Amino acid sequence: MAISNKPIVWGPFAAGGTLTAFVTPVLILLTLLAAFGHAPDLLAYDRLHAFLGHWLVKVAVAGVVFLSLWSAAHRLRITCYDLGVRADVAVATVVYAVALAGTGAAVLYLTKF
Amino acid sequence: MAEEVNRKPYVRPVTSEWIFRHPRYLRYMVREFSCLFIGGWTLMMVWGLKQLAEGPAAWAAFLEFLKSPTSIAFHLIALGFAAYHSYTWFNLAPKAMPLQIGEDFVPDAAVAGAHFVVWAVLTAAVLYLAGAF
Repeated sequence: MAISNKPIVWGPFAAGGTLTAFVTPVLILLTLLAAFGHAPDLLAYDRLHAFLGHWLVKVAVAGVVFLSLWSAAHRLRITCYDLGVRADVAVATVVYAVALAGTGAAVLYLTKF
Repeated sequence: MAEEVNRKPYVRPVTSEWIFRHPRYLRYMVREFSCLFIGGWTLMMVWGLKQLAEGPAAWAAFLEFLKSPTSIAFHLIALGFAAYHSYTWFNLAPKAMPLQIGEDFVPDAAVAGAHFVVWAVLTAAVLYLAGAF
């Protein structure tokens, strides 16, 4: 049987697709409210700082960032192929690298709370 | 009968014009483009984490940035794309995970409907817990 890395890239895509379907709209709504000057209480500096101080919240935020970025990256890779970009290895390298770099940065900032 | 060797094989041109050939293809592409907004918004939030880690002044600057017209426009478009992603994802759920009870399959509408109910409850819960209302 041929060895394939498809499950490794596809698994987080499916998980991320489900997660973003459930939570991304409401999370965008929270920052949209802030954009309209009606920031929810949670976005106040002290509260958000304390909230992110809990280890469970850090793990959850890191997980949401990773799965969101990975599923977006995977979808962008497929979209590039659909649009006629055939340099799949180059595209895959760039999009997954951005997803991992974004996750790494988020983890780094999370350790500061 | 001798087969003719084709010295000039047909190379199918790769274009993206197919998107506009059928509304269904266009809807597919709109769904796929949601990744730019979900990914973009997430990266914006990673930047927000950096600002929050730097202190109250940097966080205030981030909140101020959120209020810019560019940010408001981006948020509105991103919200639309994200919601469209949810809508398409939940409607695909019964196709991806057909649920069988006994001899019969649970109707697609019931599986999708259950997802929409959970989505609505979760959205309301997050808004409430975040103190949005």
